[in-house]
Amino acid sequence: MNTAMLVPLATGSRALTISLFLAVVAVTLYITFWASRHSKTAADYYAGGRSFSGFQNGLAVSGDYMSAASFLGISGAIALYGYDGFLYSIGFLVAWLVALLLIAELLRNSGKYTMADQLAYRMRQTPVRSAAATSTIVVSIFYLLAQMVGAGALVGLLLGVTSPALKNIVIVLVGVLMIIYVTFGGMKGTTWVQIVKAVMLMVGTVVITFLVLVQFGFNLSELLGTAAEKSGKGAAFLEPGLLYGKDLVGKFDFLSLGLALVLGTAGLPHILIRFYTTPTAHAARKSVLWAIGLIGSFYLMTLVLGFGAAALVPTGDGSQIKTSAGNAASPLLAQAVGGGEGTIGGSILLAVISAVAFATILAVVAGLTLTSASSVAHDLYANVIKKGEASERSELIVVRIAAFGIGAIAILLAIPAQRLNIAFLVALAFAVAASANLPALLYNLFWKRFNTRGAVFSIYGGLIMAVLLVTFSPVVSGTPESLFPSVDFAWFPLKNPGLVSIPFGFLCGFVGTLISKEIHSAERYDELSVRALTGAGAEKAVMH
Amino acid sequence: MVDRSAPVYESGEADRLPAHDHEVYNTIAQESDFVELRKRYGSFAFPATIAFMAWYILYIVCNNWARNFMNIEVLPNINVALVWGLLQFVSTFAIAYFYARHARKSLDPLSSKLRDEFDRETGR
Repeated sequence: MNTAMLVPLATGSRALTISLFLAVVAVTLYITFWASRHSKTAADYYAGGRSFSGFQNGLAVSGDYMSAASFLGISGAIALYGYDGFLYSIGFLVAWLVALLLIAELLRNSGKYTMADQLAYRMRQTPVRSAAATSTIVVSIFYLLAQMVGAGALVGLLLGVTSPALKNIVIVLVGVLMIIYVTFGGMKGTTWVQIVKAVMLMVGTVVITFLVLVQFGFNLSELLGTAAEKSGKGAAFLEPGLLYGKDLVGKFDFLSLGLALVLGTAGLPHILIRFYTTPTAHAARKSVLWAIGLIGSFYLMTLVLGFGAAALVPTGDGSQIKTSAGNAASPLLAQAVGGGEGTIGGSILLAVISAVAFATILAVVAGLTLTSASSVAHDLYANVIKKGEASERSELIVVRIAAFGIGAIAILLAIPAQRLNIAFLVALAFAVAASANLPALLYNLFWKRFNTRGAVFSIYGGLIMAVLLVTFSPVVSGTPESLFPSVDFAWFPLKNPGLVSIPFGFLCGFVGTLISKEIHSAERYDELSVRALTGAGAEKAVMH
Repeated sequence: MVDRSAPVYESGEADRLPAHDHEVYNTIAQESDFVELRKRYGSFAFPATIAFMAWYILYIVCNNWARNFMNIEVLPNINVALVWGLLQFVSTFAIAYFYARHARKSLDPLSSKLRDEFDRETGR
């Protein structure tokens, strides 16, 4: 990796940026210790006492979902590739309808702490929980690595740190912070960190969007026209095709990506467990409605940010936006609309947006670590190993050890993983979630005959197929941009496995179900339906 | 509480519930109110899912294979592709709004009635 290319952003605001970063750290640590004093039971730790309102959880869901990849990545992609950069956000938003219509309320009513709870109601616990825990951990680790690698690159960029050693230190510090949040704050602390981040992100984005629109007299057409002209690509900048679908393989690759984005969200374990933090399914529904509103308006604003950056900041070869693969677009745009480099307004806005990006990373990594740790403690330790006989106290000790362990593993993996492409890691997490988790969840809710073998087959089948196809794709070998450019063992042409692995996950669940003679799960289907649709016997909020 | 008279725990989380809960669940499952609730839920959720998936996939397909159409300018600098992309936002907001209204009017009254019945029967 060419670190010399990574030109630090303006140094004038560095002191201010660092102070704001420290303020973010101070506020989040305060929240964490406040939350640790108010967390006593397992329901407090895993589900924040189920006491968050629909609006609060809606903010937290948005805070959990809008990662640095979507804040900096999408606006950067629009700044560099125009219209095509916008396509990611459409898949990310439409995906919430799957969660709203098919998953959120039913999961809240029929589960307890983890994704596996919902399957385990009518399935044999050991195999189903082991499978669900495996895919939870795999998805979360891929996503976690993406965020941490991003954190290293980003904080390096925002603070002007170019040496690899300092970037490693940043990764370690982010890792240590997330371990502290999760170990002490549990779901309560994590949720409040995500709420604070979501508010910061929305306010920061609204301000920059407003300032951009003012410059163009609130005329979208003029903004787009200027962006197209300044991009040097003319009308093509506003049309499909600069990033995706350049040839036939590329077109199928884009279709595959689109499917994974729209079907992956409702299978992301860190999103699913957020629905347990509300007192009722009604509040879970409200939180998804808020999330759709917040995430949708945020992505509409990134459209303005992306085209605004293309119009107002240089994006040509050798520009900072180009060399940062687009990640610097939002911060540099903030500086530009604040008055430009060296001005007080520009420095303040640059520092504020950098702090928002930093808070974003912290909130997302905390949510992911908590999800993996919960699955290790609740699924593997309490139910697979201890067969449901673990005491609450021992479970709460194990979950903290697990958070520490996963945090440590993530730090150790993130340092060598800095060579990996962040967008690839995120897309892979979505593909696994859509191929492994979504089929099992949907079959379990809507297909009476579905049984343990079907669940296990769909989870492992979708997971293994997605990872296998990526391993033998051009992402890993065979092209100059591959992970291993000097060898070529790629036989699968697409970079995104979803087009094959998602139907394969559904097929595995179908076949697995039919070749099993288990009838117990079908007998319990009516009960599960009553629980899921009415909330009868659902977990209640903790009263303090 | 773990109910020891039920089948072994290994066969599902459900077996940790008291036997009486199972009876109540299965009674509710047969009631006309529940059958109606399931029908009302499915009659919105499934068609809406098929509709937004088809609408989204059509949009992706047209980005790939109908570029001449997508490139038509509706207003200066605003082409069909961008308008359709923005319409994906509109349709998402609209489906979310209509589902919320449907749930509030048609689903919530039935589900809370059945939930109360469960609580009464099981003494919660």
